[in-house]
Amino acid sequence: MHLALFIIFGALCVAGALNLLFQRHPINSALSLIVVMSSLAVLYLLLGAEFLAAAQVIVYSGAIMVLFTFVIMLLNAGAEERTHGSKMAYIAGIPGAAILVALLTFVFLSNRGSFAQARIGDYLVTTRDLSQVLFRDLLLPFEVTSVLILIAILGAVALARKEH
Amino acid sequence: METGFVPFVIISIAKILVVVVILLMSVAYTVLLERKLVGRIQNRWGPSRVGPFGLLQPLVDGAKLFLKEDLMPTAVYRPLYIIAPMIALSCALMSIAVVPFGANITWHGVDLFQIADVNIGLLVILGITSVGVYGIALSGWSSNNKYSLLGSLRASAQVISYELALGLSLVGVVMRAGTFRLRDIVDVQATHGLISWNFFGGFQFVAFFIYLMAAYAETNRAPFDLPEAESELTAGYHTEYSSMKFAMFFMAEYANMITVGCVATLLFFGGWTSPFGHLFDNLLTGIVAQAVLPVFWFVLKVFFFLFLYIWVRGTLPRFRYDQLMGFGWKFLVPVAIANIVVTSLWMGILLPVQ
Repeated sequence: MHLALFIIFGALCVAGALNLLFQRHPINSALSLIVVMSSLAVLYLLLGAEFLAAAQVIVYSGAIMVLFTFVIMLLNAGAEERTHGSKMAYIAGIPGAAILVALLTFVFLSNRGSFAQARIGDYLVTTRDLSQVLFRDLLLPFEVTSVLILIAILGAVALARKEH
Repeated sequence: METGFVPFVIISIAKILVVVVILLMSVAYTVLLERKLVGRIQNRWGPSRVGPFGLLQPLVDGAKLFLKEDLMPTAVYRPLYIIAPMIALSCALMSIAVVPFGANITWHGVDLFQIADVNIGLLVILGITSVGVYGIALSGWSSNNKYSLLGSLRASAQVISYELALGLSLVGVVMRAGTFRLRDIVDVQATHGLISWNFFGGFQFVAFFIYLMAAYAETNRAPFDLPEAESELTAGYHTEYSSMKFAMFFMAEYANMITVGCVATLLFFGGWTSPFGHLFDNLLTGIVAQAVLPVFWFVLKVFFFLFLYIWVRGTLPRFRYDQLMGFGWKFLVPVAIANIVVTSLWMGILLPVQ
């Protein structure tokens, strides 16, 4: 059951990602990205991370992607023009991508031992467990991250402010 | 009692069908209730011709919408134009899946009064409502009509802004219960009836009013119905829709209202528990009474919230757009954060350290 769901939503995720690249209209790409994020949420759920799955849907599919579509609708972006691409992209891009994929595969496969905790099944990380790790064991990194985000917000406000 | 896979699936499908049919019927009759009540508020009768007191009006309306011609304007972006009402309606119907309607009574190992009992029930509802805004956003954009586009832009901005206040207002309740599971949240309020409900005994009335206002904005209802402000935008995001596609938006709006009523009942008004607590428990001891009475209380409370929705719609004028944004960001969000701080201080001082 879990494996079947994993395969279905994994395939949906990959299909959405490919569709994102092949679609020519920005709004279709944005919608494919929503599909990718929602199926990622299901994969998190299958890995037993229920809070993470809900947060993924609420934050990414629900809030951030709404802003994406909002901007696309406001700018009224038209369909992209298809070009043949530059020669450089073919010469440097394809081997580069192949090297990157090979490198990532090598790293993941050689560190397989440290993924032993994560598995598909009835294993469940409750919100209580998660919050204990986040707010007790990792409190300092958590707070530092929030300061980092605050700096980003302040920067955005400073940039957007009109000169008087 | 353990049941096999096949009976479990059959009972679950039956349960889903019953819930969806009841939900759609209550959507139809909420529309009638609204027309009747707004009629009375405006000193007229409302629908009264079809059936006694106009009670058959929703069925006739439904038949009319089914039989009408489905117009497709020429310049629309077809795939999204068709898919948008489906997104709106399916998201509206889906969130009812985690709502518990009655006491925890199992029959053949299946929970009778709830479709899915999940640990993160509250978050599931928030997630599904946050995805539901795509229905409105895409419908306006794909209609290729400036009124529709303006309506859907207003809707997206409004929903994103008020989602924050909505989420923050629920934190106090979650802190008191220590869980996102809706059954547990109700059980926390079940001890002494009225006085242990989160609204009264839990001192979460500030959170309740924030939730109510944010939820009205999320469901695009008056006084926050700018996305379909008929005086400025014809009909807002669904201007170009006709027949069943229009009806799907309409049904989604009312189904969302019912969900909001259910969540408000569960989180702040003790769900299916009686306002008298266990005072009259020994009067009604039969298993049927014990199963039906909680559902009765639940329905009564949800009905109260639907009534309130309509009452507010018939009473309050619409916000201006800058007022709407200012109210959401400068008033509701800070008050919700203050509510979290006060609730946690109060819990920290009064409750023993675990």
